[in-house]
Amino acid sequence: MLLDVQNLTITFNTKTGPLTAVRNLSFQMEMGETLGVVGESGCGKSITNLAIMGLLPPQAVTSATHLSLEGKNLLSLNEREWQCLRGKDVAMIFQDPMSALNPCYSVGDQLIETLLVHAEMSRSDAALESLNLMEQVGIPAPKERLKAYPHELSGGMAQRVMIAMAISSNPKLLIADEPTTALDVTIQDQILRLLKDIQEKRQMSLMLVTHDLGVVAQNTDRIQVMYAGEVVEAGLTQDVIHHSTHPYTFGLLAGHPDARKSGERNHKSRLPSIQGMVPNLRQRPKGCQFHPRCSFAQDTCRLEAPQLTVTPGISRATRCYYPLNRGEGRTDQC
Amino acid sequence: MELEQAKELTPQTPFQEFYQSFALNKGAVIGLAVLLFFIAVGISSPFLAPYDPTQLFDGAYRLPPFFSSGGNTKFLLGTDDVGRDILSRLIHGTALSLGVGIMIVVVSLVLGTIFGLLAGYFGKSVDRTVMRFTDIVMALPSTLLAIVVAAILGPGLVNAVWAVSIVAIPNYIRLVRALVMAEKKRAYVMAAQAYGAGHIRIMVSEILPNCTAPIIVQATLGLSEGILNAAALGFLGLGAQPPTPEWGTMLADARPFLENSPWMVTFPGLCILLVVLALNLVGDGLRDALDPRLKR
Repeated sequence: MLLDVQNLTITFNTKTGPLTAVRNLSFQMEMGETLGVVGESGCGKSITNLAIMGLLPPQAVTSATHLSLEGKNLLSLNEREWQCLRGKDVAMIFQDPMSALNPCYSVGDQLIETLLVHAEMSRSDAALESLNLMEQVGIPAPKERLKAYPHELSGGMAQRVMIAMAISSNPKLLIADEPTTALDVTIQDQILRLLKDIQEKRQMSLMLVTHDLGVVAQNTDRIQVMYAGEVVEAGLTQDVIHHSTHPYTFGLLAGHPDARKSGERNHKSRLPSIQGMVPNLRQRPKGCQFHPRCSFAQDTCRLEAPQLTVTPGISRATRCYYPLNRGEGRTDQC
Repeated sequence: MELEQAKELTPQTPFQEFYQSFALNKGAVIGLAVLLFFIAVGISSPFLAPYDPTQLFDGAYRLPPFFSSGGNTKFLLGTDDVGRDILSRLIHGTALSLGVGIMIVVVSLVLGTIFGLLAGYFGKSVDRTVMRFTDIVMALPSTLLAIVVAAILGPGLVNAVWAVSIVAIPNYIRLVRALVMAEKKRAYVMAAQAYGAGHIRIMVSEILPNCTAPIIVQATLGLSEGILNAAALGFLGLGAQPPTPEWGTMLADARPFLENSPWMVTFPGLCILLVVLALNLVGDGLRDALDPRLKR
């Protein structure tokens, strides 16, 4: 097992009181596996990533019964040990590549710098290696591009550079935090394919964080859907996409334009959307976090929070008292 | 035609962009020319000056400059009360005044940047300690503080440099701290952390290069202020000591003869004025060219 997270809770001490951004989050990742993490803004996706990287701001309080990477306990690391781990064992790709590159240095300088942080090599070796990396991420004319400054690159090109920097020290886990959100749709696909390609070639584990179900459906082995800092549904990608049982996942899928069957509805009809707003994390609703927005909510849902329960026979877990019956749900809504 | 278009399409390097914007500012270009002239004079002062700055000429006391009656071309800008050639003293003083100004900027810039970086990057108690120190320094009138420091350290050129530097440090601390606090939140800093960069690497090689433009502007304006303050200390007798040909000291020496021999104060005063004005013009030009908010 590569990454093991058990009961991770992240609380921010704010001026107006504590705010629990992530609550009892548990998940595992195997070597070479691709995990998709899906959810709305503010559901705790990015915060979880930062916790795995040890980059949470100081006012955040992290607690977990177990948090380990390759058997290494992450909870007891000091700042220096974190620095050794970051970039080497875990690397991260950011949402906006243009602002994640330092505008003062050329691409080549930044790549070399990244290489030198973790590896004992000479500058000329690092320069060669950076050229090699640029080729691997599919940048045309890599030699000339190494001299370019970030403002001279396109968004897709910049993201490729970010990927080159992230894989430079061969991390075991690559976290891609909305890697395609800031890019053109035409580039999105290329970048995702590149990530998938590199992940397979290097046998890395890839954690693909996104709010776009279309992105994860094609590129991941497993999916975990998050809502208000909790996992509401997790399982194999195929199962979750085609046989979703949690009303939230179901709502997300129904809101996707591809979900409309062309025969049944014309393209002028409104896309269904989930009503309401993400709950205020300072005043979490009692019971199921999703019940105020759920059209299937019953009294039980309003009183007591459901547990993540594994559906017998399938490797899928749902946090719902009344999981949607597959057949019924689909005929009803689609 | 096609070539021209291709030229327009290639993005300008930041330096090209800066140069274009700076060259459009006439005042700044003139200021730069004046400044370069003074620097050239300062560097070549041993060869340029007709006499030794401390050489006394018997009988040639308070001679007026050559263009007024009673002056002669042997002493182009006249002589002072003990018979020293004013032109030679001014030329030697150029190197001294500019050198003092640069030393003041270097000392205050380095210390101010270090403290500003620490305060802005670490925040919390480090920030509070540094900022309270700057508040205290800034609460005192700057010239008065410089006088106090110079009086404590004792008069002399090197001590004057320290005195003026200490007064100038808070400006740099405040500027750098504010810049660092803004840059710290940018995504590339988080990215650098994610690649395992340590605090010092992030501070020095990630954040600091992105703060250089306003620091350069502040340093240019600080240079003129430093020269002015050093001259003021010299005038008060706390800076360079006679017979050093420092401009402020020359002014102080000439003060009793203000009415009878006005050229003795005019020329050193004019030099200070020109250098400070040129520096301010260049500083403004740099600010206009480097600050994206002031771009047309």
